[in-house]
Amino acid sequence: MFRSAERRSPPPPSRGRSGGGWGGAILIFISVALPATAADKFPGIGRTATGAEVAAWDIDVRPDFKGLPSGSGSVAKGQEIWDARCANCHGTFGESNEIFTPIVGGTTKQDIERGRVASLTDQKQPQRTTMMKVATLSSLFDYIYRAMPWNEPRSLTVDETYAVLAHILNLAEVVPDDFVLSDKTMDSVQARMPNRFGMTKTHGLANARGKPDIQATACMKDCAEFVQIGSRLPDYARNAHNNLADQNRIWGPFRGADTSVAALAALSLSRSVALTQSAPSSAGEDAVPPAPTGKILYAKHHCAACHGLTNKLVGPSFRDVAKRYQGKSDVNVVLERKIKLGGAGAWGNIPMPPHATIEASDIASLVSWILEGKF
Amino acid sequence: MIRRKLGHLSYAPEGFVPAELVSAVTAHGIDDTRRAFLRSSFAAALLGSTVIATRSSAAEGELEILEKQPWQTTLGKPVAATPYGLPSVFEKNLQRRESPGLTRVSAASVAFTPLQGLFGIITPSGLHFERHHQGWVDIDPAKHRLMINGLVKQAKIFTMDDLLRLPSVSRIHFIECGANTGLEWGNVAVPTVQYTHGMLSCCEFTGVPLSVLLDQCGADLKKGKYVLAEGGDGSGMTRTIPMENALDDVFVAWGMNGEMLRPENGYPLRLVVPGVQGVSWVKWLRRIEVGDSPYASKDEAVHYIDLMPDGLHRQYTSIQECKSVITTPSGGQQLHATGFYNVSGMAWSGRGKIKRVDVSFDGGNHWRTARLESPVLSKAVTRFNIDWVWDGSPAILQSRAIDSTGYVQPPIRTLRAIRGSRSIYHNNAIQSWEVGSNGEVSNVQVG
Repeated sequence: MFRSAERRSPPPPSRGRSGGGWGGAILIFISVALPATAADKFPGIGRTATGAEVAAWDIDVRPDFKGLPSGSGSVAKGQEIWDARCANCHGTFGESNEIFTPIVGGTTKQDIERGRVASLTDQKQPQRTTMMKVATLSSLFDYIYRAMPWNEPRSLTVDETYAVLAHILNLAEVVPDDFVLSDKTMDSVQARMPNRFGMTKTHGLANARGKPDIQATACMKDCAEFVQIGSRLPDYARNAHNNLADQNRIWGPFRGADTSVAALAALSLSRSVALTQSAPSSAGEDAVPPAPTGKILYAKHHCAACHGLTNKLVGPSFRDVAKRYQGKSDVNVVLERKIKLGGAGAWGNIPMPPHATIEASDIASLVSWILEGKF
Repeated sequence: MIRRKLGHLSYAPEGFVPAELVSAVTAHGIDDTRRAFLRSSFAAALLGSTVIATRSSAAEGELEILEKQPWQTTLGKPVAATPYGLPSVFEKNLQRRESPGLTRVSAASVAFTPLQGLFGIITPSGLHFERHHQGWVDIDPAKHRLMINGLVKQAKIFTMDDLLRLPSVSRIHFIECGANTGLEWGNVAVPTVQYTHGMLSCCEFTGVPLSVLLDQCGADLKKGKYVLAEGGDGSGMTRTIPMENALDDVFVAWGMNGEMLRPENGYPLRLVVPGVQGVSWVKWLRRIEVGDSPYASKDEAVHYIDLMPDGLHRQYTSIQECKSVITTPSGGQQLHATGFYNVSGMAWSGRGKIKRVDVSFDGGNHWRTARLESPVLSKAVTRFNIDWVWDGSPAILQSRAIDSTGYVQPPIRTLRAIRGSRSIYHNNAIQSWEVGSNGEVSNVQVG
């Protein structure tokens, strides 16, 4: 209850009244600083924050630079920090798309003059970078200081933050190589931000009373002349989110489709799906797949990652494999061994890795199916 | 629904009965020879000789009834065997899941709620969607503080002990990420409702109105037009909230569905901003600052901005407009029989209550009005249901919600006509599920 910080706050009036001479002085202070409305409502709850506490946490920087700490950092210094602490995620030039979306790219000198980024409309840039989007320089300073590096947030000093930001701005060709960014120069750089006029607050989505931009009607009858499907998932993505049968309840009317195999040809009760529940050990696998065929095994063992049926990918197409080995002696044995142990050199430089975990019977079925050549 | 009629074999354990026998029995009925075959099939597949030792047969009824089941004939587990309860082992498929390939690092990612398996309006705490920008943390509540500063008469610190002494409110609200359904602006991209709409949850939250705390600090409501909410984790998430909202229905919450918040959802303290996208519901809330202009934080200046066809970004888009989706049947599910189904879904609006939900089974040509289940609450999920007898022909299921302001949930083409297809955020289009003649349900877009 009586932690040191609390003792620094003005004591509540009751304590002031019972105290000595200085208590009276405090009481006067309170009556000036705190009108009776607020503090009296919930006596004993909350305490005054100290200046040091507010300073420790209140680090936000607004677009008008309120909250910007004094300090500075050069492009050169920023590059050192960047290479050591930032480049492994963001790439040497802030261009990397490996872990996060790119920071730099897609802006031009004309954008800097105009304050609008042209590649946001001409769609020549495949991905929107941070520098294409951000209108306010303060946002970058605030975020780098508050949360970067990603795995060590709050470890950069104010000067290091200025330096890293100077380096990013230099990579984006907003500031020259010898530039020093500081609380004094932020304003001048803001005037060169490539997308500084790229934001609008004119829309109805800021609060619940905003006027919607979309007006739809609730037609009930004969609403569409044609109902046409404009988009659906391609077949090759059937199992891209893994087997959907394992992501739905295993009993009841709405089970998941088994996407590890091809879709059912037709609604078929002779497939006799169990509405009763089997043992929990088979939970999620209660739908028994039809007899394995080559195509199912092709999907099951992810052959498609490297082999197309009729087109060359990383490895040869199965059609080409069938063509080359058709009619050769012991061909089944040779190919089964190649799948199991891997191989190299027959189709180019990229080796085929071994597949030790695929059952021999599956490999044999696959090979027979490939050699049949009926895809 | 497969008809449960004695003598039909459709509800026999799958794969135990040879297909030839099924068709033979279906065609000619059951006789002694076929019954013997049936028994041996069950025996071989199920329990060795135990089935044969019983006197049941398929013609007399279901083995589930005629046989004594293990749960009837054994002693059950004691109380508190699982001191914090867990779902049945039969429910383990319903989990939060990432969408493969969506993000590169799991600490800055999303785990989607399995809406396809949920009932009613409340999301179980363990299935509430997750979205973290810099990982999640489990903060010691004894060391957590809430600071209120800025344009206030007195900057104040509240401990969790302080906050839990204040008069609290408990309210049910939906929370939806602004990027929910964002993958589908251009085309169909993901297979199931978990991935199209699973950044949506709805819980009962308990906490103290922010207005109470602002009042306690003597906030300057004349100059203070905005508040900044800030998280205590490594990302230090910051979002600007108009003072109008802050004084209306925003609250500082510690409770969720009757227990404390889960750490993934901001334990011990998060902001609840009803009707507004999830990013503003700052988790691990440590600070509220009162200010006179917006803050343009990173997640208001680089992300959560909506790109329009003219190249301008809409900034500070916050409201989650009226939206609905059918959750059963939905994408990736498989109907196994024709007949009656209860089609069920969820509807919600950031502007108020749900007034009506219409459902179409023919891709939007004709619509019928669904039943709204109670409770129907403002800025909360409302459950709707509608009867459907499926005749086995292909169908396209859609739902369309209308809220208390009269706003009608739009088709995707209407949204695209105004906003293009690159805005990422705030896609509240009508969702279409195609039911194929093979019973498989697929995510499709109409038009």
